[in-house]
Amino acid sequence: MKIQFQLNGKYVQPEIEADMLLLDLVRELGCASVKRGCETANCGLCTVLMDGKPVLSCSVLAARADGHSVTTMEGLQEEAEEAGRFLAEEGGEQCGFCSPGFLMNVLAMERELKHPDEEAIKEYLAGNLCRCSGYMSQLRAVKKYLERKGA
Amino acid sequence: MFQARDYVRPSTLEEAYQLCQKRRNVVIGGMMWLKMENASKQSIIDLSALGLDQIEEKEEEFQIGCMATLRMLETHEGLNREFDGIFRECTRHIVGVQFRNGATVGGSVYGRFGFSDILTCLLALDAEVELYKGGRMKLSEFAAKPLSVNDRDILVRLYVKKDGRRASYHTMRQTKTDFPVLAVCVAETKESWQVSVGARPQRAKAVELKKEEGISAAELAAKAAGCFTYGTNLRATADYRAYLAEVIIRRLMEKQMENRASQEESR
Repeated sequence: MKIQFQLNGKYVQPEIEADMLLLDLVRELGCASVKRGCETANCGLCTVLMDGKPVLSCSVLAARADGHSVTTMEGLQEEAEEAGRFLAEEGGEQCGFCSPGFLMNVLAMERELKHPDEEAIKEYLAGNLCRCSGYMSQLRAVKKYLERKGA
Repeated sequence: MFQARDYVRPSTLEEAYQLCQKRRNVVIGGMMWLKMENASKQSIIDLSALGLDQIEEKEEEFQIGCMATLRMLETHEGLNREFDGIFRECTRHIVGVQFRNGATVGGSVYGRFGFSDILTCLLALDAEVELYKGGRMKLSEFAAKPLSVNDRDILVRLYVKKDGRRASYHTMRQTKTDFPVLAVCVAETKESWQVSVGARPQRAKAVELKKEEGISAAELAAKAAGCFTYGTNLRATADYRAYLAEVIIRRLMEKQMENRASQEESR
């Protein structure tokens, strides 16, 4: 079947299978930042924005993207780079595998919450797992990122 | 792995219902659990074009469409105002924001999962479900039914009455975002207490205790906790769950009694 949706601002019309997952579709369309980490809807590595909301692309049917807009990190290069710099500076970037999904959810949080405190940040990002760090470096990075100049 | 040959997005409930009568077809909610099943289906029936992803506040009740997400329950101002924030409390520990943006209320309730926070919460509020053919019925009745492949009706909406009941919710989890070890919701009307306990680890159930003069929260909690059976799994033993249930029920009741007392004082 053929669907049409906006991927990172561009209209695409891919041919898909009925049971295809959005994760596999966006990767096929060149968005390699979207990772399959756990495949049990737990790790947050496959996070993309669907109509601006963060979702797990491993659990969304590709067919459901029809008529909607999907954003991956490839579509948010500048913002992701800026947030990613804070992550690297705090030592939160180690193997790097979880970073794209993590950064996508940080960017989603920044859009959804106004001045979140530490608890609110932790709660929003609780669905993003990292197996290298102990999350302290990420937390420092996120706080500094949210308090940066011009934010 | 979950597999299917066709994908259909019906434009009427009747069409969805007809498709659903074939056992090889499956209605999907958020697909969070379904996609991990090892199942091979003919058609996926997607209800997302039926406008059922809304939570509507009416004068006497809330109408929650089956495709409303858990995140919508969590952030819905009206529901949380009316029921002391329990919709936020019963959802915020579930996996992560992204998961809750996908998981649907209909999927949670229809699946009648033993670990369901949502079912636990809604049972204490004496919610009702609306089935396309079966019509409206008490959630307690629906939740007690066994899941059967012959049960081919479609859950359309949930109804939560605005009957002025106060409510509170608490879960015990080994770590944040994990399944609950135990989930407890306590609600209170003028005449009675409604206590529901889920993740025992069986499916949530609710009991009602009439209010009596001079009975303490500890006595009430012991009575309520004694109405349920508890089981053992990897997360906890039956004894531990029984102990937790009594303590959590008592604390929630005490909290509500205190809240009520301070409200009466401030009047």
